[in-house]
Amino acid sequence: MTHQDNPALRESATFPQDMISMVQTMASTGRYEIRGWGAKRKVPNFDDLSFITASVSRYPLEGYRERCETKTVLGTRFASKPLELDIPITIAGMSFGSLSAHAKDALGRAATNVGTSTTTGDGGMTEEERRASKYLVYQCLPSRYGFRPEHVRAADAIEVVVGQGAKPGGGGMLLGQKVSERVASMRTLPAGVDQRSASRHPDWTGPDDLTIKIAELREATNWETPIYVKCGATRTYNDVKLAIAAGADVVVVDGMQGGTGATQDVFIEHTGIPTLPAVRLAAEAIRDVGMVGKVQLIVSGGIRTGADIAKAIALGADAVSIGVASLIALGCNSPFYEKDGVKVNVTADYHALGTAPGYCHECQTGACPVGITTQTPELMDRLDPDEAARRMTNYLKALTMELTTLARACGKNDVHHLEPEDLVALTIEAAAMAKVPLAGTTWIPGTGL
Amino acid sequence: MTATTESITLDVHEMGVTEVNRALRALPDGSSATLTQIRGAHNLAVGLTNKIHITVEGSTGYYLGGLCDGPDITVNGSPGPGLGENLMSGTIRVNGNSSSAAGATAHGGLIIVSGDVSSRAAISFKGGTLAVAGDCGHMSAFMAQAGTLLIGGNAGESLGDSLYEAVVYVGGKVRSLGADARTEDLTEADVAKIRDLVEKSGFDHINPENVTKVASAKQLYNFDALKNQRY
Ligand code: SF4
Repeated sequence: MTHQDNPALRESATFPQDMISMVQTMASTGRYEIRGWGAKRKVPNFDDLSFITASVSRYPLEGYRERCETKTVLGTRFASKPLELDIPITIAGMSFGSLSAHAKDALGRAATNVGTSTTTGDGGMTEEERRASKYLVYQCLPSRYGFRPEHVRAADAIEVVVGQGAKPGGGGMLLGQKVSERVASMRTLPAGVDQRSASRHPDWTGPDDLTIKIAELREATNWETPIYVKCGATRTYNDVKLAIAAGADVVVVDGMQGGTGATQDVFIEHTGIPTLPAVRLAAEAIRDVGMVGKVQLIVSGGIRTGADIAKAIALGADAVSIGVASLIALGCNSPFYEKDGVKVNVTADYHALGTAPGYCHECQTGACPVGITTQTPELMDRLDPDEAARRMTNYLKALTMELTTLARACGKNDVHHLEPEDLVALTIEAAAMAKVPLAGTTWIPGTGL
Repeated sequence: MTATTESITLDVHEMGVTEVNRALRALPDGSSATLTQIRGAHNLAVGLTNKIHITVEGSTGYYLGGLCDGPDITVNGSPGPGLGENLMSGTIRVNGNSSSAAGATAHGGLIIVSGDVSSRAAISFKGGTLAVAGDCGHMSAFMAQAGTLLIGGNAGESLGDSLYEAVVYVGGKVRSLGADARTEDLTEADVAKIRDLVEKSGFDHINPENVTKVASAKQLYNFDALKNQRY
């Protein structure tokens, strides 16, 4: 009997059905849930903001006619070769190991097609990825799996990863079932063994050390390559200031909606702050240390649409990074995969994982029904890299069109001219977090305004 | 045509680290360089790929010889943290002590320290070799994946915590073992490996047949909540 059959049935707000199921799973297995994706609970986000576009007091640009610049330069502070991207949308770090080689290849090719960067992940840089990506950001992670000096030199930018939004303060675990021979050899570990990604760097511990670490990477790259520092959004204002003090060219802030390949659910849902306040805090930190225009800010964590991107930029980001959304563009959570023009329904494979299309977050299993987060050859074959690259290219183009549509409507001929004054909040929480007025008022909670 | 080798002396204080590193990078294989007036400078001789010999006359700061894949380095002094971090090949010989995280994440190469090293030596090792004549601080070989750590003296607390496939040999006492580390009997291959290292390092106070071998108990290789795994 369901609620529809009997309206008298009342679900508990404290113990809704998914919570009952979680408690019972813990009781029967003695363990917590490890899963992929980011926070699933609703948190204040960019949907809680709206643009107050041009009208009598502002003058819009003509859509489909007048140019709106999207060029984005990252790494202008110390690096002699900053990254000049055509769009302010980059692809976030996702490891080969977590993702299949086809998926990495498709992301790299799509990024190249639209003139933006993609990013390696834990486990190092693959030849295919380097070849496919015009601009490749090389992550320096705590585990240093597959971290090689020749790849440091081959990178277009280096991202020192302090943390990520899905698990700030936590390491990771690539479960043994995804550790194929190739993944294992890249990570110098036996196949089939869980690969623990450390939560802290092995050779530096605090901000003073980080300064020296960044200087080391600069020495190793002759001061040519931009150095990013990526943090999960927690104490964002202070972290951004410290990253800048340590010498970062670019700071990457990943909000709590940011995704992961495999992390404890308790971490994903209960740590960090949402992307919405994180972007504003990071922008304020950059402003307060006098680094506007010198240090760039990349924001990630739950970015899905051109509207999200426009709002992040208006609040102070120079660029955004997308992870889960890019997997969705490749076909994640689709009931079908497409091979040689034929659609094959894989709903049964989702069911075998205990999930369904639209609900899947089972990346940690290595049994991705659409061949994205897997190392199993038969599953990997389900993702046609040409088709995947085409879809991803389309998605990036559509995002850019949405972004410029909003910027033009705000009267901007450069998306980087979007500003907080172009926004209002639809909820009190969003007004407080984004520090823009509640719609129809001049009230910004918490500022005394 | 082979480039002529060079032999140069570089004053670190006068030139600054970046210029010193550029000058080192420009040297043809087979050349040698002596670094003077070190004054604890960080990031000396990092990211080099040429097969040169560098002599460092004094104590350095962090990351001496980090990210290197080629040179041999001799240090007459005591390097700071992260000595030879992520080393790929080549030898670093230290006539002195070294600080924490010596050889961190090294994939290859050989680091020889004539004195003691501080905590977290050989952390996250990925195939390198570190030979220490004296004592080693706590948490050494933490999460070490591959490679060899030879300690002539005593090892501090939590040796080999969360070890993977790397192996540790200790000539003196082990204060305590870390999670998932255990002692094992020496095999003939172990003894041969230690003998070779003793020869290379000149640490003849180490008896290859009388060391404690520490390796992974492999109980944490696969997460299993029902096994009462201890961390
Ligand atoms: S469809 Fe694949 S990529 Fe998407 S959540 Fe499921 S396992 Fe992960």
